[in-house]
Amino acid sequence: MAIIERPVPVGVPDIPAPATPTRTFGALRRPVATTGWKSWVFTVDHKKLGIMYGAVAMFFFIVGGIEAVLIRLQLAAPNGKVLSADVYNQMFTMHATTMVFLFVMPMAAAFANYFVPLQIGARDVAFPRINAFGFWTLVGGGIIVNLSWFFGGAADGGWFMYAPNSGPVFSPSNGVDFWALGLQITGIASLTGAVNLIVTVLNMRAPGMSLMKMPVFTWLQLVVQFLLLFAIPVITVALFLLSFQRSFGATFFDVSAGADPLLWQHLFWIFGHPEVYILVLPSFGIISEVLPVFSKKPLFGYPFVVFSGAAIGFVGWGVWAHHMFASGLGPVSVAVFSIATMAIAVPTGVKIVNWTMTIWGGKLNFTAAMHFAIGLVVLFTIGGLSGVTHAVAPSDTQQTDTYYIVAHFHYVLFGGAIFGLFAGFYYWWPKMFGKQLNERLGKANFWLMVIGMNMTFGPMHMIGLQGQPRRMYVWTEARAGEGFFNLAFWNRVASIGSLVLSIGVLLFLINVVKTARSKQVAPLDPWDARTLEWMTTSPPKEHNFDAIPTVHHLDEFFHRKYAQDPVTHEIKQVATAEDIMRDQEANADKHIHMPSPSYWPIILAGGLPVIALGVIYAIPVAIVGAAIVVLAMYGWSLEPSTAPDTDFDPPASGDGTKELAPLG
Amino acid sequence: MADAAVHHADHGHHTSTGLSNNKLGMWLFLGSECLLFGGLISTYMIYRGRVGEGPRPGNVFDIPFTSVSSFVLLMSSLTMVLAVAAAQKRDDRGTTLWLTVTGLLGATFVGGQVYEFTAMYNEGLGFTTSLFGSAFYTLTGFHGVHVTVGVIMLLSLVGIIKRSRVPGDKAEVVELVGLYWHFVDVVWIIIFTLVYLIPT
Amino acid sequence: MTTTAEHAEHTGHEAHDEHAEHGMSTAGYVKVAMILAALTALEVATYFVDFGPFFMPVLLVLMCVKFFIVVSYFMHLKFDNKIFSFMFYAGLFLAIGVYAAFLATFKFFSA
Repeated sequence: MAIIERPVPVGVPDIPAPATPTRTFGALRRPVATTGWKSWVFTVDHKKLGIMYGAVAMFFFIVGGIEAVLIRLQLAAPNGKVLSADVYNQMFTMHATTMVFLFVMPMAAAFANYFVPLQIGARDVAFPRINAFGFWTLVGGGIIVNLSWFFGGAADGGWFMYAPNSGPVFSPSNGVDFWALGLQITGIASLTGAVNLIVTVLNMRAPGMSLMKMPVFTWLQLVVQFLLLFAIPVITVALFLLSFQRSFGATFFDVSAGADPLLWQHLFWIFGHPEVYILVLPSFGIISEVLPVFSKKPLFGYPFVVFSGAAIGFVGWGVWAHHMFASGLGPVSVAVFSIATMAIAVPTGVKIVNWTMTIWGGKLNFTAAMHFAIGLVVLFTIGGLSGVTHAVAPSDTQQTDTYYIVAHFHYVLFGGAIFGLFAGFYYWWPKMFGKQLNERLGKANFWLMVIGMNMTFGPMHMIGLQGQPRRMYVWTEARAGEGFFNLAFWNRVASIGSLVLSIGVLLFLINVVKTARSKQVAPLDPWDARTLEWMTTSPPKEHNFDAIPTVHHLDEFFHRKYAQDPVTHEIKQVATAEDIMRDQEANADKHIHMPSPSYWPIILAGGLPVIALGVIYAIPVAIVGAAIVVLAMYGWSLEPSTAPDTDFDPPASGDGTKELAPLG
Repeated sequence: MADAAVHHADHGHHTSTGLSNNKLGMWLFLGSECLLFGGLISTYMIYRGRVGEGPRPGNVFDIPFTSVSSFVLLMSSLTMVLAVAAAQKRDDRGTTLWLTVTGLLGATFVGGQVYEFTAMYNEGLGFTTSLFGSAFYTLTGFHGVHVTVGVIMLLSLVGIIKRSRVPGDKAEVVELVGLYWHFVDVVWIIIFTLVYLIPT
Repeated sequence: MTTTAEHAEHTGHEAHDEHAEHGMSTAGYVKVAMILAALTALEVATYFVDFGPFFMPVLLVLMCVKFFIVVSYFMHLKFDNKIFSFMFYAGLFLAIGVYAAFLATFKFFSA
């Protein structure tokens, strides 16, 4: 990948421009590799970073999935012997932590990184180096969180890490330290990503694209990034307090020292509830793209989807205490949070109606992506309805800490968030890699996942209401109850379901490998899509668009392909995707300066895990880490984000590189 | 001068809102910081009365001393805004002068905080003495770290301007550091009142 | 925000001119600083003089006034584009709302 992608005459392949970079910070020359691993490790290209986010997230999905299967194997039979009580605690804690922080969030970030700039017609994000920094920070955080497995045991207090389980008495290993510091680091990644994407969406839109002409996926990502921006600092405070307690002897959550354990619960859930929407809104965005495309209809009630998304984002801040109804908040608090929680079901319901009305009367094309999108609507509705039962405080008191809760959040997170992400895989794969995933395997993938997920989590409603507590590491025949359909039966069903689910995911991986080996190239516009990301090559060139499109409509790409006949009012195709591409190439922008690769993001990100290890084991190591961070910050601030004109061979034309961003 | 990360030669340097990416990013970051300090202040509020065997807030605070250091920090906001004004007039000498003064005032505040912490420690309030102690040192320590980072940024910026090595728009870089600096100051306005002046 | 987005025709140079215009004169800044100093003096006075029942409200009002003076004048929010104000005040008021509710559940205000 060249530092600078020169516009080349149509038909001539891109030739990487050799460059002699000036030294930055007197020490390092800019990386210039255009192929091989260096072109990935030091890249600031949002598309490469998006793919790397996706690969890392997929790795952690497999790790988290194995953890889940181990949990279900332990519970498949009475007196399970697969895991000890201690390892079981670590397993469910790390399963949740991995799935939430290291799979769903990074995978949503992968799609955001890749597609938000493309959907708004931009060449990259506002701060490309911060983007690279965010990715490597996530990697560092993920490593720290998981490193604890090899250093005396992982965190074992549940993903919400309530006191006193998080304290040294109940969790004597270093697991919780690794967990707290690792999540602190991934928090930095999310925060920088949030600032970056908000600025990108507000500032980098193609000419004519007002906010209400933005694709819904971009809109909901904007809401998500605002949620991250304001929620991450809250968990930061909580994690700092926890680290200070464990590493420096403070007693913030120690009841014997007069502390209030509810402090942690509040801080955690003030973050934790917006977090739930952070997890699910990106998937809502994805299916709001997928459903219209495969129904051949515009999204029903676009402004309602947008504003209900914003409303969810706002009301999501006022419902956190419904996670704490059983903790003795007092009647006033319970009543207030109960009502707020019921209220938030309304904007969510609005979305369900919009999606249903989008499909209604459409010419449906049941592709794998469409399967997953419809699957989301159905399964999320089930999860949403069981969620409303939690809003009713007396009923919630009955359900708290039972498998009913486990059933609920797996329907919204697996049936909601993850199904949306899979819809995204099948829909956008041809755009990202230029090849289509196999549709037949995709549908098999879908059906196995639907059946597996309902077998696994459906019975949990029943065993939960019958009183099986969550987080118990073993059940006995004596307490399984009577009759054939007792707890034992449903636990076995759930465990078999988890295997079916795993085979479904395995089919996806097989599909990926099969597609990568296949030579069949995807057409330019395989789905007859509606939004700007399809108005370029697949995969897109480094500079995304030869000419930045001027936007006149919501669903701009659709409106360039189709027009209404003024007499008959029939909608007719007036151009093909190929025509539009040819037009783009013919009018290509002359001088395109792309941001240049840099060493500093990965160096800066690399200092953070060193600090974390130092805090746990030896403070001098932390000082070394801090020194790396400070040094990298100086290097970063002194390095222009786009290489100077003189670095290029032949020297660049000089328009555009005089003013350089200190942050980008 | 705003957008510089990506250049669309055909469209000049405008951004969709006409605003600078960097400045927008800084304001977003400051909005986010509100929730960070809000959490720390709330924690302190809940724990300020939980002194255990240790000293009470009223026994360890030296209001006249802290008033002076608060005043120093407040005045550093004036010198900071003068540095920003000088930078916008492209007056490098004025910019570096006021940045240096701001940095020194900030350093004075940090020095005062170190002195204050030492005095409190000698009066029997350690980090682990009581919940009040932990919460107090955490809150003011976080603020102190922010001030220290600010001082480092200010003084580094002086050096970078003197060597003419600012990447990008000099006035904007000064303004960005200024925004951060003022924010640190307004957080102290809140801490000074809620923590020091209003007793338990 | 949509309207601002549609008036997006500022070039870099116009944006810079706007820079130079907004804000205040040096004398103006000094005046603002003097007001802030006087308010601080008043705050500190509450420590030495008994304000009776007005003690708490006076302090809180002074705190808010100082806060908004610095934010509006020194940080230029009063003169700058409203989007910046939106970004900052969204965080600020969200923080106030959420943490006030949080403290209320601890019965902080009734104690």
